[in-house]
Amino acid sequence: MSWCIKNLPAMQETGSIGTADGSSLVKLGNTTVICGIKAEFGAPPTDAPDKGYVVPNVDLSPLCSWRFRSGPPGEEAQVASQFIADVIENSQIIQKEDLCISSGKLAWVLYCDLICLNHDGNILDACTFALLAALKNVQLPEVTINEETALAEVNLKKKSYLNIRTHPVATSFAVFDDTLLIVDPTEEEEHLATGTLTVVMDEEGKLCCLHKPGGSGLTGAKLQDCMSRAVTRHKEVKKLMDEVFKSMKPK
Amino acid sequence: MAFLDFRGGSGRVQIVSKRRATCGRHSWSPRVGACVQRTHLVRKRALLGGSNKPRLHVGSGAMEGAMQTESKIRADSRTEPGPRGPGCSLRHFACEQNLLSRPDGSASFLQGDTSVLAGVYGPAEVKISKEIFNKATLEVILRPKTGLPGVAEKSRERLIRNTCEAVVLGALHPRTSITVVLQVVSDAGSLLACCLNAACMALVDAGVPMRALFCGVTCALDSDGTLMLDPTAKQEKEARAVLTFALDSVERKLLMSTTKGLYSDAELQQCLAAAQTASTHVFRFYRESLQRRYSKS
Repeated sequence: MSWCIKNLPAMQETGSIGTADGSSLVKLGNTTVICGIKAEFGAPPTDAPDKGYVVPNVDLSPLCSWRFRSGPPGEEAQVASQFIADVIENSQIIQKEDLCISSGKLAWVLYCDLICLNHDGNILDACTFALLAALKNVQLPEVTINEETALAEVNLKKKSYLNIRTHPVATSFAVFDDTLLIVDPTEEEEHLATGTLTVVMDEEGKLCCLHKPGGSGLTGAKLQDCMSRAVTRHKEVKKLMDEVFKSMKPK
Repeated sequence: MAFLDFRGGSGRVQIVSKRRATCGRHSWSPRVGACVQRTHLVRKRALLGGSNKPRLHVGSGAMEGAMQTESKIRADSRTEPGPRGPGCSLRHFACEQNLLSRPDGSASFLQGDTSVLAGVYGPAEVKISKEIFNKATLEVILRPKTGLPGVAEKSRERLIRNTCEAVVLGALHPRTSITVVLQVVSDAGSLLACCLNAACMALVDAGVPMRALFCGVTCALDSDGTLMLDPTAKQEKEARAVLTFALDSVERKLLMSTTKGLYSDAELQQCLAAAQTASTHVFRFYRESLQRRYSKS
């Protein structure tokens, strides 16, 4: 078995979109994903009146690759959206209770739009990273409910960052007949691979998601190797993210 | 749709065409007693002959051999009201093949109260836009019990499709399409695993060439780290993490995995080992089920 260590996120920018409440741009080799988060008001769900919503949507447009056509989201986009929704749910990246303004009446709804600008493989890693960076960048204004008019009053001058509890980082592998495992595959490698594996890990070494959508079989030992590689990758990515945020903070 | 219906009073077994809903009460009761009588009657029917009729086979996750199965089931019905054996084991499962006339292969798989019906059409004509020049195009359609299929179904379809693609010998049927249609009949936990098992049995029934069989096993981890195999819907909701694996029959390698919730690396390995042991039971059940179907007696 041989490893092929590839592209670290080459570039990461946050706050690039002025109109969005939080945004980020991530480049993993040639794969480029931009994430914009808009916060809007909504009624909390009836079965969980003290929770808000986080709604991810991955958009794979014809711009990013010849494989996609315009129109309703294709299968790959839907699978990616579901994957991001699962990561948000499983890793508890933000406590949904933090998004509630008034129990049963008003809550924040965060619409996370992940748009792929260039698809050169490993879209899941890039999307997870972009989402995490954008969430760290989101600033929500303070909202108070006026008792007399029962209307919400938004104070745009007083904004606060979201409380990000964990930092899930995704590591994808391309499997070739159980003999070769390539970390961070490009589109060509993904196309030729017999299987793929994505591991999402947070800083305590807990796994949020082990996504292996079919493909050739893997033994337990190989899986263990993937885990240790995922731990290393988490450290690398976290270091990069901390550097970017340190340079951004004085605002 | 023709299937076996057990009439308690007369003790006769007959093939009737009925909507599944009506016969739900008679056939698929979770009480173990009903299953015992069915097993006994199926064996009796098998002796009388009739190889083309739908074959019903009932199994238990904790079985060692056919006769011991029955005694263990009887013991359970006296001591515990629950439908599974003591300790960490799978719920009762049953499989029926060749129950639909239009698809090339069909199977219905039951795990406890979860039931999935699968139909396979193929190898058949493929649309030019979807054709692959050197292998078969596999398509999976998953229909939920109620409502329109959404993004979650698409995600599951992709998981099942990629698992099937890994085992089906598509190279033997280039420029054709193999379609697997799954209909969720009832969902009482471990749905994805049940879908995988139903899909495998339906592919076998259709005679699609495969390099191995595959099975789905679900594990749930609760807040104090206890492992539960084949959880019910209630157990899944209360669990801290739910892991579903698809394993192949040759070397028990991991074909597919999808997880929900937070867990550690050690817990993952523990679940995987437990799933591999449980899959031996499922594969033995497949083998016996098929042996029964194709045996002359």
